[in-house]
Amino acid sequence: MATETTQGDGLADAIGVAEHSGGSTGMPQLDFTHWGNQMFWLALALIAIYLILSRVALPRIAAVLAERQGTITNDIAAAEDLTNKADAAEAAYDQALVDARAEAQRIIAAAKADMQADLDAAIAKADTQIAAKSAESEKAISEIRAGAVESVKAVAKDTVKEIVAAMGGKADAKTVTAAVTARMKG
Amino acid sequence: MAAQSAEGGLSFDPMAQFQVKPLGGDGVVNWFTFTNAALWTSFAVAVVFILLVVGTSKRAVVPGRMQSVAELAYGFIYKMVEDICGKEGVKYFPYIMTLFMFIVCANFLGLIPTAFTPTSHFAVTIPLALLVFLGVTILGFVKNGASFLGLFWVSSAPLALRPALALIELISYFVRPVSHSIRLAGNVMAGHAVIKVFAGFAALTIVSPVAILGITAMYGLEVLVSFIQAYVFTILTCVYLKDALHPSH
Repeated sequence: MATETTQGDGLADAIGVAEHSGGSTGMPQLDFTHWGNQMFWLALALIAIYLILSRVALPRIAAVLAERQGTITNDIAAAEDLTNKADAAEAAYDQALVDARAEAQRIIAAAKADMQADLDAAIAKADTQIAAKSAESEKAISEIRAGAVESVKAVAKDTVKEIVAAMGGKADAKTVTAAVTARMKG
Repeated sequence: MAAQSAEGGLSFDPMAQFQVKPLGGDGVVNWFTFTNAALWTSFAVAVVFILLVVGTSKRAVVPGRMQSVAELAYGFIYKMVEDICGKEGVKYFPYIMTLFMFIVCANFLGLIPTAFTPTSHFAVTIPLALLVFLGVTILGFVKNGASFLGLFWVSSAPLALRPALALIELISYFVRPVSHSIRLAGNVMAGHAVIKVFAGFAALTIVSPVAILGITAMYGLEVLVSFIQAYVFTILTCVYLKDALHPSH
């Protein structure tokens, strides 16, 4: 390395290549006269960065990340809560619907029962009225029928008397009545 | 290489961007001198502050852009620590977050043209890796006592193989800080140097379109590398921490 450097310098001098200030050649990295200086500033920089990080930056970033995580967790929990609430509301709505339906069924059944009772009462009343009417009619018919039989008897007796008279006989009222009654029975 | 393309008055020294220069003063670099390295290291701290403190100052439940990025970074590293180290690892989360934020901010700030990239220097990555290595080793012994050495004794292997495996495990354990630090600085440095080489060629008219295309492609790659190397450094730290917390294989 050393010979190369001298050679390079020699060539550079020979052809007039511009010299660099400081005049150091080869690898400045291996110029140990600066090491103390570089290490001093490195130590200073590392201490400064360590203090910046450990005192301010890292706790702050950790806090921000934790806060964000907390916010996200809270938001998710809140969303879950709201979902649960919505589910509960839906369940309550469904329950109310079922209840209302049951209530409506109950009301319908009650109304039906009322109507049936009214109807039954009305039918029963009508039946008794009909029964009374038919009994009355029956009575009237039997009266009429009895009346008719009497009339037939009377007509038959009269007719018999007339026929007997017309045939020149004299009708015995007792015999006529007995004969007519016998016929009417037969 | 400089000699071959120097006919157009080209000058390129791809490593010049890594020089540590004092800002003001008499050019002497003491350990406390405010250099360009110190400036860009401070910028990294400022970006961490703006992103994670100013960006989250509203503490909004619905985050804005800056707060989203801050929360993403927090969640990304927190999940990484929790997945790899388990619940016991979570208390080391601020330290791992410190490492990640510093590296990722320094890497991305280094992508600004004319910027200085602190993480391209072994003077930065070796202390970082040693910090992890020593911290994890001490933690392992404090937490587990002598049983931490069980990390090197592969109990699932046949008994005859175990001494050899223990040697290999021991070597690989001590190589950890080396690979840990060189991977980060090497990747960042290489990408920046390659961009600078392409930039040097861009002064030549004939090849400048190719060179500019090369710069663009390399820059895109470097954006990826900036994040991936910070991610790799952090995830390896988590893996080492897991070994300290649960040394059994």
